[in-house]
Amino acid sequence: MMFNTLHWRRFLDKIFLGIICFFSFLSALPLILILGYLLIKGVSALNWQFFCRVPQPLGEAGGGIANALLGSLLLLVVAFALAAPLGLCLGIYLAENKKSRLADCARLAVEILQGVPSIVIGLVLYTWLVLPFRTFSALAGGAALALMMLPVSVRSAEETLRRIPPEIKEAALALGVPYYRTILRVIVPSGLSGIITGVLLSLARVAGETAPLLFTAFGNPFLSWRLDRPIESVPHLIFYYATSPYAEWHRLAWGASFVLVLGVLFLNLAAKFLTRRWRVQF
Amino acid sequence: MFRTLSLQTKENIFQQILAGSAFFVVAVLFLFFLTLLLKSLSAIWSNGFNFFSGTVWDPLTGAYGAFPLLFGTLLTSVLALLLALPFALSSALFLGEFFRKGLIASALRSSVELLAGIPSVVYGFWALLVLVPLIRRIEITLGIVPFGVGVLAAALVLTIMIIPYAASLSAEVIKLVPQDIREAAYSLGATRYEVIRRVILPQARSGICAGILLALGRALGETMAVTMVIGNANKIPASLFDVGNTMASLIANELAEATDPLYVSSLVQVGLLLFLISALINLTGRYVVKKFSVES
Repeated sequence: MMFNTLHWRRFLDKIFLGIICFFSFLSALPLILILGYLLIKGVSALNWQFFCRVPQPLGEAGGGIANALLGSLLLLVVAFALAAPLGLCLGIYLAENKKSRLADCARLAVEILQGVPSIVIGLVLYTWLVLPFRTFSALAGGAALALMMLPVSVRSAEETLRRIPPEIKEAALALGVPYYRTILRVIVPSGLSGIITGVLLSLARVAGETAPLLFTAFGNPFLSWRLDRPIESVPHLIFYYATSPYAEWHRLAWGASFVLVLGVLFLNLAAKFLTRRWRVQF
Repeated sequence: MFRTLSLQTKENIFQQILAGSAFFVVAVLFLFFLTLLLKSLSAIWSNGFNFFSGTVWDPLTGAYGAFPLLFGTLLTSVLALLLALPFALSSALFLGEFFRKGLIASALRSSVELLAGIPSVVYGFWALLVLVPLIRRIEITLGIVPFGVGVLAAALVLTIMIIPYAASLSAEVIKLVPQDIREAAYSLGATRYEVIRRVILPQARSGICAGILLALGRALGETMAVTMVIGNANKIPASLFDVGNTMASLIANELAEATDPLYVSSLVQVGLLLFLISALINLTGRYVVKKFSVES
């Protein structure tokens, strides 16, 4: 009968809390380890050369990742230019047409797209944009990233626009404002912070993606601006250098990892800051 | 030019752009699937059932049996899931039930978010330089061939990667459990442990299972971190310390060097299979989560 006493039950409760706390803090441990390594090994790799020079041939000291930084920036700009307008239009359509057949199909498509493994997106974009043109290109890489960032930006746009009270829209329509102007000048600006947050979060999500770029943007040891040529990106450079056996390349990869994590973190924080600062209260 | 159009035309154009974007996305996904299917047709035709049952993947002899890859994918993902489960559930209860507010909770919450934001290639790099030497040392002590890389390393790095995902999904579900049934249980004199075990977990079970399913889907499709530490040997691993390969990692490794049309087609077939599995898992998981949040 001792297992039913109050003492025992309270003891069990305490034990349980202890176990929960133990496992919870243990699951934060990898973060501390990874961030620790990034800080120690990454910061020591940073200097002005790291940001302004392209990689040197093996055996020569120095060199940096300027090509990868520029490439990543270019890829993100392409992805943004392709995905943001489409995401916004689709978000408006889904928020405005809750019950139409096409909207249901589009919603399902976005949901499926969100679960597609990134390597499969790379595989398909390879057959679409690389095989016909017989060259890897920054454009193909940007398109692959755009396809990956679309679901998050569509969902946040839809959810934000849905939460805007219908009275605002009705007021605009009652004043005789045409429908398209109501949407573009009243509804979208009221939900702008949510939409921008979604785009920033989706950019943060794809900024670190390597798998879709393996067969699309490919990689390039030289500085390149051209959209129709292969281009380097920070995550791909990390992958390439990390799997090499050379200590000098590992050093560059640590530095690049540190910069990449910092960039992703910055995008996430910016998104969070925007939601707090700009949120329209209804 | 746009200014001179009549109002009606402008409205029409606007509506058509919106509907066009929806149509475009549906068409893209349809083409996506069609591409995978068409490009793998010749492989489906020539590999037949050997694709699922064959244990030899050797492009030189034209043998494309994907069983070792299926097995490797399943083994690493399920192992990672089992290892992640206690950690993810504890963190979910910690964030969703015990400490919803306060300094510790927000610290743990931001660290979980941060973990989720670290790119997979960074996980892979870290695992390659820190985890793999550690496993190698263990293997030397145990007297096994010291690969270092292998199924265990891949499962461990996957574990670290899916904990935050599973934890945040489950925490959301636990938060959705209605407050009044909690209070009812407390008022009957139940301790916190009893409330969690007898009320919250049974109530949130379907949602938590869906969260675990979604985490599994993520583990199945993970490419970079796995390919860096699994050893990339297309065979059935003999033990946890042995090298192996997964479907996603195979595509990442071999597509660039595949020249034979049947070879490329077989790789696309692996991609098609991966696409179908993850679509199925994702839709099921999301459906259950949605149903759960409507019910609560």
